[in-house]
Amino acid sequence: MNKKRWEHFPHEADMGVRGIGNSKEEAFEQAAIAMSAVITDPAKISAVERVEIACTAPDDELLLVDWLNALIYEMATRKWLFSRFEVHIKEHQLVASVWGEPMDTDKHQLAVEIKGATYTALRVAQESSGEWVAQCVVDV
Amino acid sequence: MDIALFARHTDYEWEIAPHGAMRVPAVIYADEALIRAMDHKVYEQVCNVATLPGIVKASYAMPDAHWGYGFPIGGVAAFDPEDGGVVSAGGVGFDISCGVRCLHTGLNSEDVIAVQKALADTLYREIPAGLGSTGAIRLNQSEMDAMLTGGAAWAVKRGHGSAADLEHIEEHGQMRGARPECVSEHAKKRQRDEMGTLGSGNHYLEVQKVVKVFDVKAAQAFGIRENDVVVSIHCGSRGLGHQIGTEFLKAMVIAASGYGIMLPDRELACAPINSPLGEDYLGAMRAAINCAFANRQILTHLVRDAFAMVLPKARLPLLYDVSHNTCKVEEHVVDGKPRKLYVHRKGATRAFGPGHPDIPAALRSVGQPVLIGGSMGTGSYILAGAREGEALSFSSACHGAGRAMSRHQAYKTWKGRQVIDELAARGILIRSPSGRGVAEEAPGAYKDVSAVVDAADAAGLAHKVARLEPLVCIKG
Repeated sequence: MNKKRWEHFPHEADMGVRGIGNSKEEAFEQAAIAMSAVITDPAKISAVERVEIACTAPDDELLLVDWLNALIYEMATRKWLFSRFEVHIKEHQLVASVWGEPMDTDKHQLAVEIKGATYTALRVAQESSGEWVAQCVVDV
Repeated sequence: MDIALFARHTDYEWEIAPHGAMRVPAVIYADEALIRAMDHKVYEQVCNVATLPGIVKASYAMPDAHWGYGFPIGGVAAFDPEDGGVVSAGGVGFDISCGVRCLHTGLNSEDVIAVQKALADTLYREIPAGLGSTGAIRLNQSEMDAMLTGGAAWAVKRGHGSAADLEHIEEHGQMRGARPECVSEHAKKRQRDEMGTLGSGNHYLEVQKVVKVFDVKAAQAFGIRENDVVVSIHCGSRGLGHQIGTEFLKAMVIAASGYGIMLPDRELACAPINSPLGEDYLGAMRAAINCAFANRQILTHLVRDAFAMVLPKARLPLLYDVSHNTCKVEEHVVDGKPRKLYVHRKGATRAFGPGHPDIPAALRSVGQPVLIGGSMGTGSYILAGAREGEALSFSSACHGAGRAMSRHQAYKTWKGRQVIDELAARGILIRSPSGRGVAEEAPGAYKDVSAVVDAADAAGLAHKVARLEPLVCIKG
């Protein structure tokens, strides 16, 4: 199996985030890193403090959107960025620990604020290779 | 797109006949070059909108249409509640009531150029811009609710601007029917310290010079002449609107099948206008419209303060304020009969023609001002709503240039510093906390706004009044 990883894919006005991993959880974690990378270089975000996140949705795809939106909410209300993610999914319930630090304009060179995760190009699936993919477009 | 997919009614009106689950035709207003350059996704999306229950006449796309979420950006659709019509959170979008406001300054370009750098630095210092920035105002629960019902009128009452401003805002700056109790605690919390902030992405504040007047009579009514300086503010309902969009989109996706609505795309999430969920969304969305009005009003006040520091003789009355992500109840004549319709404009500007009672009296004879934002380098336009627009597109026109290149590609193509230096050499001063943000918003990443505006003019949606070019741009 390949290494877990993340990537961006183009949308005409915005940006697609894609996480790939050996499990659904890893794919969700990598998608979260891809989303942080829309805002800044994730390597610049120190994982100094932990926040707990929980969400529930009727299916895996809605759960991915919920997960990313929960992170957007935490970033917006705390003025934080996150770089380390530990996700656990049981049925359609997600609990996660995430680590990050307060936004710092000089340190992070913040590119853009994310308004919300969308249902566009939304996909959570296990490929024939066995890898999991979790992706959607985020509105900036 | 392949032009063979369309029936060409005029050089600027392209129709797609109903097929599959489409209830009405789809119509795109653009010239042939714009149609050819549009992503095929626009075709899919404008057709998908035509499948929604209760849609009236047609699903429309404006000349700046591009691939959006569910609706194309540049999409317009009206729904009749008496005919099972729906309201769609996706059809309004995340940035509820995002819009453009334009202020006079009473100055000419020489006045501004003499102090251009000081003005740019002062505006940048006084206007909170960019991710993570906060405003000076903190709202407690009752003030938050008062803001969500009062809009710009609430802001004026608190000392941000004057009552005269309100006449020059759609809905007189206060959207009726707002229901703060339908706005979640999460949405309110997200807004707590974001009042009077510009945001980021394509939002901006520009000091602009009127470089050309196309219609002297209309320009006179709007109070602008060549070489005048104006200020344009482009932003929306900030975190509150984004959170409302997020939450109702999910609720509508989950509820749709229960209402017997087949969604061709989850992003078209909607609910019947006459349903508890539809009514709650309308109440929350109208509260977000008020939040956007209040936000632009507070920013206006900050701009006036900044000008007073650098150019004390400046006076900055409001020319007009338009929103381009909304759903509004309007009366439109369909097949000779007036009907009360819920008009969704997603990246499209209301453009009432001359004589419409909702236009401020001083401007009414020439039509509603339609404010079109361009990119940092290419300039912006002021248009006036046209009488023909009523029959063409429920009185709607385009809203901006639209991106030609993804953010990812733009960031790989340009460096922020290089964009800032090149524009400075052309007399345009950029101030932004983020070099990467500037690179992603580089002028070259946008389509030619002139082509879009020319098509809107030729199609009869709105008429060109003036072209503006930036002198200073504050970018979030």
